[in-house]
Amino acid sequence: MAIAEKSNNPESSSALVEPVTQTAGMSKLHKAIFAVLLIALIILPFLVYPIFAMKVMCFALFAAAFNLLLGFGGLLSFGHAAYFGGASYVAAHAAKVWGFTPELAVLTGTAAAALLGFAIGSLAIRRQGIYFAMVTLAFAQMVYFVALQAEFTGGEDGIQGVPRGDLFGVISLADNIALYFFVLAVTFGGILLLYRIVHSPFGQVLKAIRENEPRAISLGYDVNRYKLIVFTLSATLAGLAGATKSLVFQLASLTDVHWSMSGEVVLMTLLGGMGTIFGPLVGAGVIVTMQNYLATFGAWVTVIQGVIFVIGVLMFREGIIGVLARWLKKPL
Amino acid sequence: MFELLGIPPQVLMGQLLLGLINGSFYAVLSLGLAVIFGLLNIINFAHGALYMAGAFVAWMLLNYLGIGYWPALILAPLVVGTLGVILERTMLSRLYHLDHLYGLLLTFGLALIIQGLFRNYYGISGLAYQIPDVLSGGQNLGFMFLPNYRAWVVVASIVVCLGTWFMIEKTRLGAYLRAATENPTLVGAFGVNVPLMIMMTYGFGVALAGFAGVLAAPIYSVNPIMGEQLIIVVFAVVVIGGMGSIMGAIITGYVLGIVEGLTRVIYPEGSAVVIFVIMAIVLMIKPEGLFGRPV
Repeated sequence: MAIAEKSNNPESSSALVEPVTQTAGMSKLHKAIFAVLLIALIILPFLVYPIFAMKVMCFALFAAAFNLLLGFGGLLSFGHAAYFGGASYVAAHAAKVWGFTPELAVLTGTAAAALLGFAIGSLAIRRQGIYFAMVTLAFAQMVYFVALQAEFTGGEDGIQGVPRGDLFGVISLADNIALYFFVLAVTFGGILLLYRIVHSPFGQVLKAIRENEPRAISLGYDVNRYKLIVFTLSATLAGLAGATKSLVFQLASLTDVHWSMSGEVVLMTLLGGMGTIFGPLVGAGVIVTMQNYLATFGAWVTVIQGVIFVIGVLMFREGIIGVLARWLKKPL
Repeated sequence: MFELLGIPPQVLMGQLLLGLINGSFYAVLSLGLAVIFGLLNIINFAHGALYMAGAFVAWMLLNYLGIGYWPALILAPLVVGTLGVILERTMLSRLYHLDHLYGLLLTFGLALIIQGLFRNYYGISGLAYQIPDVLSGGQNLGFMFLPNYRAWVVVASIVVCLGTWFMIEKTRLGAYLRAATENPTLVGAFGVNVPLMIMMTYGFGVALAGFAGVLAAPIYSVNPIMGEQLIIVVFAVVVIGGMGSIMGAIITGYVLGIVEGLTRVIYPEGSAVVIFVIMAIVLMIKPEGLFGRPV
């Protein structure tokens, strides 16, 4: 198969996503940011409540996986909760009922999300734009109803008391700090993998499709195959985040598959900056922190999230990192 | 009396009626979405929230101002429509030059705000709304009991749907509208005020949602989350029907409501997902939707 030839015509950039200038391999700046991030994350659990830090990391991976599809693939899925929550249920079930070790439970959940993403993706890519968003939302709602009614999901109660177990059967994850470093390894690894995908020849073709689909087709790319692959990859990594989260909270519940979860990940990505590397991580951090501090205000959290959505769409479409990248004149 | 697949006719007819009621709401809401989509090219995610707002406006009119059901049937859609016009002027109109997905994101945010505000002030337990006296009671049809109000909902929704269809397909105003859908620049060049038309179209589309909300108020309890589940099903209805045709949106709405009702009789567990399954099948066979135009 022919490898991507860059379609870097700045005039043809899609209105939805600001184009990101490409550099081969990982730039020095990105290396430095990842290094600082890693060091900060190693210190973090000794400064803040580890569960909170783990929640942020899980959502950062979730948002980064979503951003692969929206920011780099140009596809707006409004149903990513299905993969996040679906994987969370399967991992919780595997750990609790089948007695899987945590790494196997997470892998099982992730595999389930991959299958689900492939199935839904192969139908959803038959429509484009707004219809694509509606189709993914509708299928996610179907997953929600299944989770509500199926036996193994425990209905309104969800799956509670999921054992954290022993990593590889030897290292106990019952301790929050031990679990923290497991979650750190999983989510950081996932985010690096996403970085690799975005900067691979495959990622270049994706951007070409996003910028100008008819041209990508005329260059001989099987556009639908690329879309299905990126959809499945995004669903898989969203599933990895969801499966990990079920171990952290020892719980898989309807919240994880609800449409508002799909909306939240869109909000995180929009706020942080669509099509940027670090935007979703920042967006996830901001939103999770906000929810944490505003939890006592009940439904006002929904109102505030709605306001952020509206302001973000009307005046702040580049997102936090997008604006920063423009100031620094460097892709972030 | 006849029996079908061992199902007593009362049960069958009862569920068919329920399905027809749901279908009425699907039809009115997907019609509103289709009208808005035709001209604005956005999917109005706030449609479910505005439907809920319609029901709440009717409840408020009754409880705060003592204005009853019949005036509310006109007033509530006007209030919701006015709200829609304000939203269109202040926010949506700024997004027309951008990718249409931004319209979806914006209206999603609006839906969260509207729903969150009502939840703050009214909780989620739901408020009762009395069936108007004229329509209380019901008719015994021999094979089933038909509550008057439910019959009225079906009739009213059909009248509104057909009226909208007539206005768009058979009147001069509708002709302008259809022309602007095809080519807004050209229609503007002929001296038609296209931005005004877009504004009124959005207002009318959401007024339909408000009207459906008033119809729903006496059947379902008036509840801040009454719109959120419904709107996702309506999205699936719209995907199945395709938004190219007004009549298509109406027919798909009623038919899917009835199919859902039948499913509840034959296989109750499947009734919540049957519309999504149909959507999957339609996507496999005719991706552009039953009434959609191939792209």
